[in-house]
Amino acid sequence: MSTMKPSDSRIRFDLQVIASWIEPGSKVLGLGCGEGELLHFLKKNKRVTCTGIELDEDKVAKCIEKGLTVLQGDINEEVLDYPDNAFDYVILSRTLQQIYEPGELVRDMLRIGRKAVVSFPNFSHWNVRLKLLTTGRAPLTKQLPYEWYNTPNIRVISMEDFRRFSRETGFSILKEVAINTDHREKSGNVIKLFANLRATYGVFLIGKRQL
Amino acid sequence: MSEYIEHEKTGVSVGIVEKKSFTFAHPPKEMTLENGSTLGPVTLAYETYGELNSDRSNAVLIMHALSGDSHVAGYYGHEDAKPGWWEIMVGPDKGIDTHKYFVVCSNILGSCMGSTGPGSINPKTGEPFGLDFPVVTIGDMVAAQKALVDHLGIKRILAVVGGSIGGLQVLEWCLKYPDMVVSAIPLATTPKHSALTIAFNEVARQAIMADPNWNNGHYYNGAKPDLGLAVARMIGHITYLSDESMRHKFGRRLQDKSDFSFNFDGDFQVESYLRYQGTKFVERFDANSFLYVTKAADYFDITRQDESGSLVKAFSRAKAKFLVVSFTSDWLYPTYQSKAMVKAMKKNGLDVSFCEIKADWGHDAFLLPSERLTALMKGFLERVYNETKR
Repeated sequence: MSTMKPSDSRIRFDLQVIASWIEPGSKVLGLGCGEGELLHFLKKNKRVTCTGIELDEDKVAKCIEKGLTVLQGDINEEVLDYPDNAFDYVILSRTLQQIYEPGELVRDMLRIGRKAVVSFPNFSHWNVRLKLLTTGRAPLTKQLPYEWYNTPNIRVISMEDFRRFSRETGFSILKEVAINTDHREKSGNVIKLFANLRATYGVFLIGKRQL
Repeated sequence: MSEYIEHEKTGVSVGIVEKKSFTFAHPPKEMTLENGSTLGPVTLAYETYGELNSDRSNAVLIMHALSGDSHVAGYYGHEDAKPGWWEIMVGPDKGIDTHKYFVVCSNILGSCMGSTGPGSINPKTGEPFGLDFPVVTIGDMVAAQKALVDHLGIKRILAVVGGSIGGLQVLEWCLKYPDMVVSAIPLATTPKHSALTIAFNEVARQAIMADPNWNNGHYYNGAKPDLGLAVARMIGHITYLSDESMRHKFGRRLQDKSDFSFNFDGDFQVESYLRYQGTKFVERFDANSFLYVTKAADYFDITRQDESGSLVKAFSRAKAKFLVVSFTSDWLYPTYQSKAMVKAMKKNGLDVSFCEIKADWGHDAFLLPSERLTALMKGFLERVYNETKR
């Protein structure tokens, strides 16, 4: 994990990290896939069979226009239709903090997928802590740019919280990477020391708990 | 579907096209229909645009809706006032690009635009069929199209595309001939007619049959049931619009007057619009064909072959890659019906894309200019075409 070579500089750094974990030729479901940046990259560079789910019509259309298989719908409902182990990987990128029932969604992801990838902005980054401490207000950062009254992020999660969540929900963490991205977010660093304090994003590869 | 046919602003067109016809099922090798009866010979009027490529892998089959015909795009001559009904979508560099694809569309069995239907001459009597014409199904229409596709030497169809009743045919193609269909685009359609849809169709049929000129379908040598057919069309047009589109288009505005007339001549713009649409329709459409085609659509139910009535089971036969599109204000074939199909496709592990386009124009939205729909179809077709080349 120490030398994370960006596989392609054209996609966002956190997506490069995720892409590096995906086996070539596998089946991937991208939840909240946006305009399909990651799925398009995986399809082109890793011969991956991919499907995306996205709520926003404009984004869905952009995906289909570029030749991706994408369904318009609510990820919490759409995951229910797939049979067990329909995918090798189910990816939830930067969306966990917006999910009403994260436990249920993660369980569904690991039912329909053999493995899952989850990433989220790390709420325990030193900058977030510092802002709360010094201003006494809900912190605003580059990764969490919303006011308390208009944020779609209804959950605050730190990397340490997610590890606890894995134990309580009953899944295993297969890989984890803490990253620190720059402003354009096309490149970044993988953090090893004091990750929970220094990472802007946490990226986790998770699997079903071994019996 | 309505008639929105207009010259395209861009002026780009497939140009001059020709209506052709194909006759098959000559006795004694007649076509056996789903209701058990036989029919033959059967003629289909059809048109083709673009070129079939050397490996015959670029055919796109378009299916028209209730009152459409084989004339999808282009003009019959230089003096022709109007192009085909989907001129905005089909042509060079358009959503269905005739530079790339070989486009085929035939008039459906039972219609009256050059294909065999109730207005055709019954070879056994030398008179028009009238109600002696067998009640055909969407499955029969598709079986006839299959004969045409075979005749054209096409083994695999790159895409079957259609909206509304055309969409029913798209679904039938995918389940009846799964190995022939690479991909499918069902637009503004449903796996089976709802009670609401059947109800509208029934009222429309009753309007025709209540016209004394209808005469149990024997009117071809005399006055036609124009009034009944016009009312049927008026009902249709209500279902193609939406509350919102009618509010925008007409509101309560009066037609050519400033106050009520206090009689029944018609005051409101919406009345005038419906009357105009009804009157215009009878010039080109046969009342009996209206009965037959709407009945076929009402009978359509892709779950009918299975007692459990399961959509999931129905789609287990399909192999195509799907692009399903619905429109927000379509109350004739609402989005939940498209979503039910999509769900069944997902459960079968099919490759399916789905988009609900925000549109205020009701069911007719699929025929109106939409950059979104054009871009979706273009992207999807390009992808499935490239995937056949691998």
